Amino acid sequence: MLDTSRQANELADIQNRLIFVKIGFLMLLVLLGLRLWQLQVRDGLHYQELARDNRTRSIVLEPARGLLYDRNGELLANNIPSFQLYVSLEDIQDREALLAQLPHYVDIDQQEISNKLSIKSRRGRVKIKADITLKEAALIESHRLELPGVVIQPEYQRHYPLNNYASHVLGYVGEISESQLKDPEFSHLQGGRIIGQNGVERTFDEYLLGETGEEVIEVDALGYPKRSLSVRRPLAGDDLYLTLDIRLQRLAEDLLGQEAGAIVALDPWNGDVLALASKPGFNPNDVSGGISAKDWQRFLKDTQHPLTNRAIQGQYPPGSVFKIIMAAALLETQTLNAQEMIPCHGTFPFGRRVFRDWKAGGHGQVDLTRAIAESCDVYFYKAGNQLGIDPIATYARQFGLGEKTGIALPSERSGLVPSSEWKKRVKREPWYPGETISISIGQGFLTVTPIQMAKMVSIVATNGRVVQPRLLKASRLRRTGTLKEKPEPPIQQLAISPQTFAHIKEGLAAVVTKGTAKLAQSEFVSIAGKTGTAQVVALKPDGDKDKNKEPQKEFRDHAWFVAFAPVEHPKIAVAVLVEHMGHGGSASAPLAKTLIEAYMGFETTQEPTF
Amino acid sequence: MSLMNDNVNRRGLDTFDWCFLGVIMAIISVGILSIYSVTNPQTTTGFPIYLKQATWVVVGSLAFLVAVGIDYHKLARLSYLLYGIGLILLIIVLIAGKTSRGSQRWIPLGSFAVQPSEFIKIPLLLMLAAYYGATTREGWVRRLIIPGLIVLPGFLLILKQPDLGSSLGFLAIFLVVILTVGMKSKAFGFMILAALMLFPFAWGGVWGSLHEYQQDRILSFVDPNSDPGGKGYHGLQSRIAIGSGQLLGKGLYGGTQTQFKFLPEGHTDFVFAVFAEEWGFIGSMVLLSLYILLFLMGLEIAIKAKDIVGTLLAVGVVTMIAFGVVVNIAMTSGLAPVVGIPLPLMSYGGSAMVVNLTALGLLLNVKRRRLSLL
Repeated sequence: MLDTSRQANELADIQNRLIFVKIGFLMLLVLLGLRLWQLQVRDGLHYQELARDNRTRSIVLEPARGLLYDRNGELLANNIPSFQLYVSLEDIQDREALLAQLPHYVDIDQQEISNKLSIKSRRGRVKIKADITLKEAALIESHRLELPGVVIQPEYQRHYPLNNYASHVLGYVGEISESQLKDPEFSHLQGGRIIGQNGVERTFDEYLLGETGEEVIEVDALGYPKRSLSVRRPLAGDDLYLTLDIRLQRLAEDLLGQEAGAIVALDPWNGDVLALASKPGFNPNDVSGGISAKDWQRFLKDTQHPLTNRAIQGQYPPGSVFKIIMAAALLETQTLNAQEMIPCHGTFPFGRRVFRDWKAGGHGQVDLTRAIAESCDVYFYKAGNQLGIDPIATYARQFGLGEKTGIALPSERSGLVPSSEWKKRVKREPWYPGETISISIGQGFLTVTPIQMAKMVSIVATNGRVVQPRLLKASRLRRTGTLKEKPEPPIQQLAISPQTFAHIKEGLAAVVTKGTAKLAQSEFVSIAGKTGTAQVVALKPDGDKDKNKEPQKEFRDHAWFVAFAPVEHPKIAVAVLVEHMGHGGSASAPLAKTLIEAYMGFETTQEPTF
Repeated sequence: MSLMNDNVNRRGLDTFDWCFLGVIMAIISVGILSIYSVTNPQTTTGFPIYLKQATWVVVGSLAFLVAVGIDYHKLARLSYLLYGIGLILLIIVLIAGKTSRGSQRWIPLGSFAVQPSEFIKIPLLLMLAAYYGATTREGWVRRLIIPGLIVLPGFLLILKQPDLGSSLGFLAIFLVVILTVGMKSKAFGFMILAALMLFPFAWGGVWGSLHEYQQDRILSFVDPNSDPGGKGYHGLQSRIAIGSGQLLGKGLYGGTQTQFKFLPEGHTDFVFAVFAEEWGFIGSMVLLSLYILLFLMGLEIAIKAKDIVGTLLAVGVVTMIAFGVVVNIAMTSGLAPVVGIPLPLMSYGGSAMVVNLTALGLLLNVKRRRLSLL
């Protein structure tokens, strides 16, 4: 009994002590309650946002890029469906494993993936490869579980149905580059967008791009889409109708064939670029489909420079084509009149030097018409010497030389019109009168681009109307479906008298009928033109020139021919340059003739329609 | 009131008993609902997990009835034997157990596996009650050292698996029982009590001040698989789930963290996060209240028990369940590191369910026999 009471006392003690246990547990549970209040009530919104970020992915919906057509509605660039390979940064679980795995399924090297994934952001999608094959897409889809975060998205891929034709005008598209992203010009664009990188794709990018849409989707922990939360449809870009006549463009490129060179054909009245060919070209489909770094290097290192648009970037001495401007300058400054006869004996001694005519023995007594028709050098040596460099430069500039034409293509070059002021500024030397004599026949420091030559001959054809060559004829707004014709560009009239132009035209017509470009004579249409030979290696004025020895091709002269037709009422102005083909009369004039005849044929058979 | 010959109150269930059973069933139901919600899309793969859990509840209820029916004094007398069997099972686990996610915890039995580290808690509770209840234990050695030496092998065997959570639970039961029995030095007792109470929070504070790599090292030392996703992924996703539930919750199936599997182990260790995301702060408070009610009723039984064995048994049961609740919720809400302790009565797991229901049966057993001496 004593033991029992002791036990009872102890039991009472123990049971009294339980109050502490009770208080202890209650305090702990109250603390947990406070913690839950903190998480769920005080910071609830914050965690709500974290939960939303966890489960939602924003996907940029690429708009369909605007289509490109020629002036007659012929399709030049469209979009075809393709598979694009993306990686969703949030869903990568093991970066190294991904780098190791992906090259097994897709033709891409590890370094390239690594570079693409080396961006700082931890959210969003990165395009790993554009236009993967159906086989690659199927392979990746079947290994989805091993490749968390890898997404294949069907998207449109730019396609150029004519392949190499008009490649320099159309240009190509490509993913916006790192350096472009830093450029304020592209600040409104997000990474990963496909933008125009060259040609009209680049210059008219703002019309063609359209607006991206966005889809917010809900995904699970492995990145599998569960449902779509919201969609903003992308807005397709505007379709553009270029001024090109693709039939003429194809013909121009086919005429150049394997030769390097350029052909520009303009409507002289409104500046429409009917054809703008540059050879060699490239296939924009190869470049736009996400070209590999290796192929790109190969392109850039090609000695023929296929990516260079010779029509606007090639700078060549104009050679005798420049005599057109010389004639205008001579007549306008009244240095000579058109009928004045100048004797030509084949040489023009100047100081200790002797400048030679292309024709040994000379042309005899020549007036302006004959001087142009037979391209008499001595006539222009003498006249140029009398005129002086600065008036020559002034007239050259009036005809648009030495400055960009402003055609809507990237990286146009301006050529060079030298003057005494220029020489002093750039070369830090005075102008030597002997240099004027070289300039008088289009050699020396003087350089021009084929499009400048086409513009120049347009000005002559229209008696002094100066128009900027244009490529965009109309656009169809996708938003409204309406076709909007671009207004004709502003026209400037040169202060050169119609008589001057009449004399020049007489000479240019004679070039074809009885002068240096008889090969350009057509049965169907009257053509006026001027040949030119752009020296590649500067000839020493008194050095001996072995006529019989054919120089190596890369040292041969470039062949120029500029023309317009019909002479009475011009409809087309053409400039042809074929590199290293020698004389314009033989190499370039026949090309211009074929082109002009073809165009006159189109003109009569077909009205331009859209 | 007459004394019954076998000291059992045979009048059926009174209001207290009904409340007690009601609270238990309410918590279990909430658990099954949450498991149902989180495993819902997986129903195609075999027997649904929530039905498995329900099956374990049935098995556990039978164990509960047995635990209520047999006089706890008889069970207490068998406790040393049962504890011995438990230790043998733990040794078997260590030698031939099934390894899952880096620790060796299960003995496979046909289509399922039992977890001896759960089952040995019952003999532990009974044994501690029997040891201190048999006679007054005088002196340090009898009060602390001898029972300590008996408990130590179980603790070490569980720690070796490794199962940090369960071994800490083992220790917690021992410490609370010792405190209840009473230490010579009150100050020492309070110190231990305070330390135990503040343990998860203190850990949270000290833990938070460590560098990530230090935490990783410690955790991977103690439990290599506590956080397989690395970098606190589980803990973060769990906090996001709980926090994003906000005041009212996202509703059944509405939990995006759960449904899209951002939350790992939603049906086991993180079942509280599933519940809190779906039912919000209000739901969490209701659930916490149910647990509090359960603990208060359990302590009430302890206070009114007719003998020391009954009191200590009741305290042990309450401590076992309370430890699980406190550490699990502290863990899921980011107050304690992710150590892998299931939430009693809610997390999926047969062994734990059966053990917890057995323990609660013992609790009711104590209550139903307290009147016999009055």
